Amino acid sequence: MSAPPAPDGLLVLDHVKVEYVSSVGAVTAIPDLSITIRAGESYGLVGESGCGKSTLLMAIMGYLGPTGRIANGRIVFDGADVSAADPASLARIRGRGCSIVYQDPNAALNPTLTIGKQLIEVPMLHEGVDAKTARAKARQILTDVHLPDPDAVLDRYPHQLSGGQKQRVVIAMALLANPKLLLLDEPTTGLDVTVEAAVLDLVNELREKYGTTLLYISHNLGVIAKVCDRVGVMYLGDLVEEAPVHELFANPRHPYTRRLLACVPRLDTDKHTTTFLPIPGQPPSLAGRPRGCSFGPRCAGFDAPRCGVAPIPEEPAGPGHGVRCVRWRELDQFEKTDAEHVAPATPGVEQVMRSADLSKVYDLGNAFMGFGSSRQLIANEDLSFQANKGEILAIVGESGSGKSTFARILAGLQDASAGKLMVLGDDLSRMPAHKRTLEQLAAVQMVFQNPDATLNPSHTAGFSIGRALKKFGIAQSRKDLDARVKELFGMVRLSPHLARQRPGRLSGGQKQRVAIARAFAGDPKLLVADEPVSALDVSVQAAIVNLLLQIQARNGATIVFISHDLALVRHLADRVVVMYLGRVMEMGPVSSIFSPPYHPYTEALLAAVPVPDPTVKQKHLRLEGEPPSPINVPLGCRFAARCPRKLGPVCDETPPPEQAAPDGHMIACHIPVAVLARVTPIFQRVQTPAGAANPS
Amino acid sequence: MGGYIIKRGASLILTLFAASFLVFAVTEFSPSNVARKTLGPFALQSQVDILYEKLGLQDPLAVRYTRWLGVLLGLKADPLQDPALGLQFKDPRGDKYFGNFGYSTLYKAPVNDVIWSRLKATAALAGIAFALIVPLSLLFGVLAGMREGSGLDRTISVFGIIATSVPEFASGVFLVAFFVVTLGWLPGTSPLDSGGGWPIWSQMILPVTVLVLYDAGYVVRMVRGSMAEVMNKAYIRTAVLKGLPMRDVVVRHAVRNAMIAPFTVILLQINFLISGVVVTEMVFAYPGFGRMILDASLFGDIALIEAATLIALTIAILTQLVSDVGYAVLNPQIRLA
Repeated sequence: MSAPPAPDGLLVLDHVKVEYVSSVGAVTAIPDLSITIRAGESYGLVGESGCGKSTLLMAIMGYLGPTGRIANGRIVFDGADVSAADPASLARIRGRGCSIVYQDPNAALNPTLTIGKQLIEVPMLHEGVDAKTARAKARQILTDVHLPDPDAVLDRYPHQLSGGQKQRVVIAMALLANPKLLLLDEPTTGLDVTVEAAVLDLVNELREKYGTTLLYISHNLGVIAKVCDRVGVMYLGDLVEEAPVHELFANPRHPYTRRLLACVPRLDTDKHTTTFLPIPGQPPSLAGRPRGCSFGPRCAGFDAPRCGVAPIPEEPAGPGHGVRCVRWRELDQFEKTDAEHVAPATPGVEQVMRSADLSKVYDLGNAFMGFGSSRQLIANEDLSFQANKGEILAIVGESGSGKSTFARILAGLQDASAGKLMVLGDDLSRMPAHKRTLEQLAAVQMVFQNPDATLNPSHTAGFSIGRALKKFGIAQSRKDLDARVKELFGMVRLSPHLARQRPGRLSGGQKQRVAIARAFAGDPKLLVADEPVSALDVSVQAAIVNLLLQIQARNGATIVFISHDLALVRHLADRVVVMYLGRVMEMGPVSSIFSPPYHPYTEALLAAVPVPDPTVKQKHLRLEGEPPSPINVPLGCRFAARCPRKLGPVCDETPPPEQAAPDGHMIACHIPVAVLARVTPIFQRVQTPAGAANPS
Repeated sequence: MGGYIIKRGASLILTLFAASFLVFAVTEFSPSNVARKTLGPFALQSQVDILYEKLGLQDPLAVRYTRWLGVLLGLKADPLQDPALGLQFKDPRGDKYFGNFGYSTLYKAPVNDVIWSRLKATAALAGIAFALIVPLSLLFGVLAGMREGSGLDRTISVFGIIATSVPEFASGVFLVAFFVVTLGWLPGTSPLDSGGGWPIWSQMILPVTVLVLYDAGYVVRMVRGSMAEVMNKAYIRTAVLKGLPMRDVVVRHAVRNAMIAPFTVILLQINFLISGVVVTEMVFAYPGFGRMILDASLFGDIALIEAATLIALTIAILTQLVSDVGYAVLNPQIRLA
């Protein structure tokens, strides 16, 4: 941080200030930031959205757009000042010196050029080689990032590759000119967990191979723990804490870091033992930067005379550990990890939802006027499970596993093709929402993934909820409506005056609270939550999860929680269903899913989860290839093609038996349960390096 | 691709049938009838009635449509040319051949004698205009959209708006006032006839200028919008941060993507230039296709209207086919099936 630029600093940010200038004046995105990244190290920057991570990245690349500017300080890369570079030297730095791996590989590649064309222009530009040599280089680098059949990939267009393959291409493109520094901007956000793990493996492998220095930006502490040596934590453009990775996770010294870690779901705790500790309030806008400590207004230990006057200087809190908090020594006095315990609901025995052999098949009538071969997409097949009153049933699986299809059938947005779906005694499998009675509609409600898209932008938050109340006949008069809306806002911990705001004025977390209030307006018996927190920042996610648990504890609703985040599922679910390509692979109580015996697919999923704890060692287990397409699925076990423990032809030809294990645990696999049980657990705590204690 | 074009060809023929029938049906509601129009306003009602009967105009719509179709396909003789009627309507090609659009009651000549010369005249106008509109719009659109909000962008955008919002009759009159009346450099009318002392090429300049100003202003704005959108895409950032110079970013990465959206719009201009430039043709007394359609419609010359409709429709569908194929060429994510 404030350490003088070390001679071996490859990238030195020296009191950098970044502003965005508009017609109303300048807004400071980064007030005063200093970081030194040494050659060969892997530095991680964590922070929630809006903390200035991406701005910093673009400042390093000299690409702040027409409104951004470096108002103060220097960014020195490999001895050259980027902030003062002319276009020619900037072009030399870009690509050659440092290159970027972008967040969304779908958007980062040009859709109208083949992969080959996009790759070969890098060596042609930076090394001046001819097209043939460049193509050979591109081919080599595609082999290095483990893309099968590189020659074919070179001739393909981006849309002909999967998301994971595209991200490998983007990494290959970044590495082509042998950069000294590789900037990674959330490179695995949006990828499936097994693909994410493979990409992170690749990053680590390439780092060893090429000795590239990494600056890794992420909001995901688990990913940071996996690939970084040193970590900086950003809040509102300030670097509030910086430490070696083990030290940071073991001894967080800044209240923000500590809260952030307390919001992250872990695999060794659950809702019964731990409650997330969300950060109160929301980050202020850049224009409304508080005086003194930027985290002050949200900090439990804010002490105006000490924290709210001048910018907080950095203090050393250990070897290589710096923190910008005047009260870091008193942290334990005001930061309590068990501040508010949420007592979760106890599942009852009364059955609320039961699916029996539920299937959904899409006919892809492709051809012209019915000619040609018709194909079938099997989205759900023979789903049989149940959820009881007050229970949280989690459905996990990667994209294409059919979990959202099930949610849509449950909510009446789609019809099932076969089987039954009993909800409170009625079969809803082929009853779309418009055919359901008011009671049936009110009983099953849904919370969606993207709160921005689910609220009508032209209606106020209160109106959306009021309409649900009216529709379900819960309140009619203006006065009743207002009172009930106010009550619901109180339930989701929103200030009632927000009821008059349109969604555009609300933050993501607030919008999701409104969506939850709307879902609970009709007092549902069954809430279908389809990835309700995956679009939210970790601290907001923690608050929403706590809220769901609180509401459930009070009204005893059953929740079907659909998620790809296994750590989160570990935290809040009572029972878990693991799906792959439309079929149930394994299901059972949450603790039995996360310990042996595992279904081989679950085992691979767990091995891929990024654990936000560098002291936990995961068994190394990676799946080959990508999930196959759900069109024309194999006859036998769906997972057979990628299964690391495949027995032989029996797996391809015969559907696996549904084997019972203790505690209502079911594993659909040809390998006997007793054999499956003889594996080492995925997660093991390793000896922590010297100087780092256990997480507090 | 081959199958795709056959499929589109089949749908073209179907559309032509449907459209020609619709035009036939709509003219039912126009006052007067073919017999009256053929004989003129001073003919006796009894003469009209005789012709009415001889032409079989009392037959149901479907029968008459089939008859017209038979004439077009060369299966039946054109009834108007029957010497027994004494009308002296004569087509040098004979009265029974494929592509016989019949006899124009307005021009008192075979439709084929009237329509192709008009189409040729308009095609010349449209072709020159289109050949100027496309490169100009692409150039200025890309230049403007390349740096959104720059001085160049604003200048081009303002000129584009002005050019496209001045109606053709106004810009036509302005240009005539300046180049014809004040300077005397160019002819004020364009009858495509060098008898007045002005060579044909000089008669094309003003109509073409009016069309280019009016249409390019619009297309420039389309291209500019698309280009500006593309320049904000993440893959353009990727290209810039690869270290590519701005020229390569624009030429290699942006332009092709920016062409995708306006491509259809650009090809639609062909239809406009063929049948929608009535105003310009009127201002310059240009013997064009659009003016002919207008006259035929006002007169109720059904044979001519039918022929013009079929031709305009064929052009429209063919440009659409070209635009779909071109779209697939530009955008590899589209596959034609």
